[in-house]
Amino acid sequence: MAAHRLHFSVLLTLSWRNLWRNHRRTGIMLGAIAVGVWAMIFMTALMRGMVDDMLNEGIHNLPGHIQIQHPDFLDDPSVANSIAEPAGEFEALLQRIESKRWATRIRVPAVIASERETRGINLVGIEPAAEADVSGLPELLSAGRFLESRKDSGIIIGAKLAERLETRLGKRVVVMSQDPDNNIRERGFRIVGIYRAKLPGLEEFNVYAARDTLQQLLRIEGRVSQIIVVGEDYRDIEPLYRQVRQQAPADLQVRAWYEIDTYLATMFNMMDGFVLVWVIIIFLALSFGLVNTLVMAIFERVREIGLIQALGMRPALILYQILMESTLLLLIGLGLGNGLALATIKPLESGLDISVVAEGMAMMGASSMLYPKLTSSDLLLANSVVILLGVLTSILPAWRAAKLDPVRALNST
Amino acid sequence: MKSVVLRMAWRNLWRHGRRTWLTVGAMIFSNSLLVFSISLQFGSYDMMIDNSLQTFSGHIQLQHPSYLDQPKMRYTLADIVANAQKLRDELALESISARASGFALASSNKRSHGIQLLGVDAKHEPLVSTFPGLVNEGRYLGPGAQEEIVIGSILARNLKVGIGDELSFLGSGLDESFAAGVVTVVGIFESGIPDLDRAMAQINLGYFQDSFAMQRAGHSIVIRAAHIDDVDGLMARISAGIDDPSRIVPRDWNELQPGLRQAIQADMTSAWFMYIVLIVLVAFSVLNTQLMSVLERTREFGTMMALGLKPIHLARLVMLETGMMTALGLLLGITLGALITAYLSVVGFSYPGMEEMAVKFNLPDRMYPAISPLSLTLGPVIVALGSLLAAIYPALRLNRLQPIEAMRAV
Repeated sequence: MAAHRLHFSVLLTLSWRNLWRNHRRTGIMLGAIAVGVWAMIFMTALMRGMVDDMLNEGIHNLPGHIQIQHPDFLDDPSVANSIAEPAGEFEALLQRIESKRWATRIRVPAVIASERETRGINLVGIEPAAEADVSGLPELLSAGRFLESRKDSGIIIGAKLAERLETRLGKRVVVMSQDPDNNIRERGFRIVGIYRAKLPGLEEFNVYAARDTLQQLLRIEGRVSQIIVVGEDYRDIEPLYRQVRQQAPADLQVRAWYEIDTYLATMFNMMDGFVLVWVIIIFLALSFGLVNTLVMAIFERVREIGLIQALGMRPALILYQILMESTLLLLIGLGLGNGLALATIKPLESGLDISVVAEGMAMMGASSMLYPKLTSSDLLLANSVVILLGVLTSILPAWRAAKLDPVRALNST
Repeated sequence: MKSVVLRMAWRNLWRHGRRTWLTVGAMIFSNSLLVFSISLQFGSYDMMIDNSLQTFSGHIQLQHPSYLDQPKMRYTLADIVANAQKLRDELALESISARASGFALASSNKRSHGIQLLGVDAKHEPLVSTFPGLVNEGRYLGPGAQEEIVIGSILARNLKVGIGDELSFLGSGLDESFAAGVVTVVGIFESGIPDLDRAMAQINLGYFQDSFAMQRAGHSIVIRAAHIDDVDGLMARISAGIDDPSRIVPRDWNELQPGLRQAIQADMTSAWFMYIVLIVLVAFSVLNTQLMSVLERTREFGTMMALGLKPIHLARLVMLETGMMTALGLLLGITLGALITAYLSVVGFSYPGMEEMAVKFNLPDRMYPAISPLSLTLGPVIVALGSLLAAIYPALRLNRLQPIEAMRAV
């Protein structure tokens, strides 16, 4: 045991000193590792930030983590495909869910007309008190007030739509839609609020009114289009999803966000793959230099290795010593790279303005501010790939060194 | 003399064969990766632009100056059919078509939906947009026919109508009068773009003008260029032919779909970040190799200097070695990259989840990288430049060499 400890500390000292015998080479290699590790972490944090933003935005716009609706509603969002407001045991379950965040909604296609223009819209009936929990709508209000009750007679429209309709806060608009018997129903609303969406397309499309007012207008008292449930974290909704599915009346369709918007689901699922591919590519580019450095370090020391072998050092210990040297090199490089990444990501945490490509980002479903997001799992992935694969690629040169024939090595020039 | 230097450089390179191959290996790896991903990028950008523009907006549109920001009924172009014909003659280009557009409430006997109603020139529309070809049930509008309509598949489903069923539409005309009509569904198109399939319908332009009290006016003249590179030339010729810029302006695809170029820019920026990291890593590799090879030859260089060679000659030798190494990496990297890319440009390339991504950007669900001289050489040439740049420091160090000391070095 004592001998082992001695071996270890001697090997460590040997490796450390060997590393600095050629400080230029070690320095350059450290630079390369640091740049590589920095790029791995920095890029990953930017991509994570972007995808996270897209997912949050996307889920806010669906909205909700889980939607409960008529089986035909997603395909044909008509007033005919409505469901009863939750009642009895099902309502009791919704009241019990951990997040306490759920709301009912009405969603129907409608036509809105100002004095000057007419547009097709998506008319949404909300429960104002619960809305803040399921979508971020109240925070998006840029002028006027939010709806005050389920019977509020006002309407909230997007800034872009107001512009298109040539109307403004306080003015009246007429909203037309159908009741379940295909009769055209219409009603005047006063614009009480204007909102600005992060994705401009939505501003033109979604118009919000109070739920009970719309029930009355559309003649669907006691009925809604959807029930929206929001869990604690969209990444982990399976238990809630199962629970809701079990308790929801059998004739309703229960869908999780990843089933409703497959693009979001794809982004979410592919992200881990993207990160892994990126990390591996950078590692491969680094590995050539790493092996090169070790091969050179060994080549310079052939005589010396022969000598210490002749003096009784076992080949296994030579292997260990070289692997230790490479591990030390990798560890210092990782330290530098991680430090560099933290130092560059920190100042960007308040957001990176990429509004020059805002409309392009909107096409992808992301907003024009990029918030890098450093996750511990990404850090762990980058660091473990570098250290594990790094030591693995060092085995071959180290093994060749350990296999040297002492007599020949001593006589080599 | 020259051939001696060349031979010397070449032999020096192989004194440490393994080291040279490892450095060249890093280049080959990076170069083939760059060739593949740049080809893939070029291929998908071209396809993204073509598919997005061909579907509907065309490469250039002539519009009223206010129409782009505020697509309103009243911002019209006068005599649109005659002007479109004039443009066809002037530009000697057939793929030019006139359109008018308005909002209407479409009703079947079961349902009503707000739609974007388009009046199109049925003869020329198929030349500027892929929509007519996307009719997968029934047929496209007949030229000049009245009271026919082609609608999107989701709209048809939501209105619960099929081929031969009647629809009525209701909107407001240019003079604020009621615009109404009853039309028969003759075709249903499926573009795969939900927004269009849900809310778009097309009728004949003449019928649209009658219904919406537009006389001979319309809203846009859509031009599809034979190739995207022709757009600038066409823009210049069209602008020169416009008499009154306060009434009519040409808009190119950048203005019509600003998201497209920006999405490409955003993608390009993040891709180049990755490429530059790869290039820097290769440069580090070269720097390391060349610095080592210079340091270990200190004695040798000392001797050569004592024999009368100047530091500049030695520096040239080192740069020559780097150049040879780089050329090797360049050739092998491009070859390998081209082989991989050529194979994938034939069989196509896809990854799990690509289908969902593809729909969002108007791409097919398999991608085919586009090999071009530029996509083959752009990345590798930058890698080569980076490598040569990295070798400058070791080469310059030779200036500091003192022959006597150098010859004594271990």
